[in-house]
Amino acid sequence: MRLEKRFGDRRGEPAERDRQAEPDASETGELALEQALKDFRMSVCAWSEAAYSRPRTAARVVRQRSWRLAAGWALGLALVAGGVSGAVFERHQRQQVARAAAEQRLVQERQRLIREQQAREEEEDLLAKVDRDVSRQVPSAMEPLAQLMAEDEGK
Amino acid sequence: MAAGTAMEPMNRATAEKIAARELETANEEFSRVVERHRPQVFRFLLASTRDLDLAETLTQECFLKAHRNWSSFRGESSAMTWLMRIAINLQKDHWRNRRMQFWRQTRTNAVDLDEASEWLPSGESSVERQLLARERVAQVWEAVKGLSERQRTVFLLRYVEEQELGEIARATGLSEGTVKAHLSRALTRVRAELGGGR
Repeated sequence: MRLEKRFGDRRGEPAERDRQAEPDASETGELALEQALKDFRMSVCAWSEAAYSRPRTAARVVRQRSWRLAAGWALGLALVAGGVSGAVFERHQRQQVARAAAEQRLVQERQRLIREQQAREEEEDLLAKVDRDVSRQVPSAMEPLAQLMAEDEGK
Repeated sequence: MAAGTAMEPMNRATAEKIAARELETANEEFSRVVERHRPQVFRFLLASTRDLDLAETLTQECFLKAHRNWSSFRGESSAMTWLMRIAINLQKDHWRNRRMQFWRQTRTNAVDLDEASEWLPSGESSVERQLLARERVAQVWEAVKGLSERQRTVFLLRYVEEQELGEIARATGLSEGTVKAHLSRALTRVRAELGGGR
């Protein structure tokens, strides 16, 4: 049985030869797997060694970062200071403008009152003058009537 | 009484000297361990994360933690297994913390699989062989990407670090049977990837 299996019968020989010449699928698969795992390991080792021995630039990066950080802070502080001082200046300006406007309004009001007062006085003067003039002079159209009244009073 | 008081400071001085010498010896020993195992720990973390900066940070943390606990290392397992255990736990903590911080904008520096596959075995001479090797490596990376965290750890310890099953079991805190099961699933995945790629 073992011999048969080992050497095969004459009819089975070509097939057996083929099998020996070409390894079966599972064997090929295992070989491929083995090779792939070997390649994978070597690839990881090569990558790791290259990464491990690369020059470290941590200090430089830190310095650059700290410089950038300082510049960022300075810029930020300058912006904040500028914004705050701008806001204060703007508020001060607005207050001054409002104060000036209020003063101007007060002056205008005072002038208006003075003008009104003057107008009132002028009107009063005019009315008083009219009254005086009217009481002293009698219109010519009323003169005959006034004479009649004077004659009646004489009788 | 007088002799006792005279002896006391001498004993203290001697004890201090002995402690200082022990500390020095321990530091020297630890330095040797760092020198010997740092590249391996870094390689494992690099393969696990595919992130150079993260792998370097975790390696630093691993050795810092190891240094703090060096006095409690009793040598029940090898120093490498002990270090790997620390590295695995640190990696787990890192991913857990990242998951917890999902609302934060997190940035990953992990290289993509094509870039990771660029590193070729140095023995491949012809262009055709190089291409084939690169393809195979890319397929294995693809399969590794699809593995669970535990399967990936076990797979990398076995096929990159070439550790024995017992060592892997001690490093991961799993039983040997579980390690075998994880390895089997990982290999099935790699086989499928290689079969699909052909």
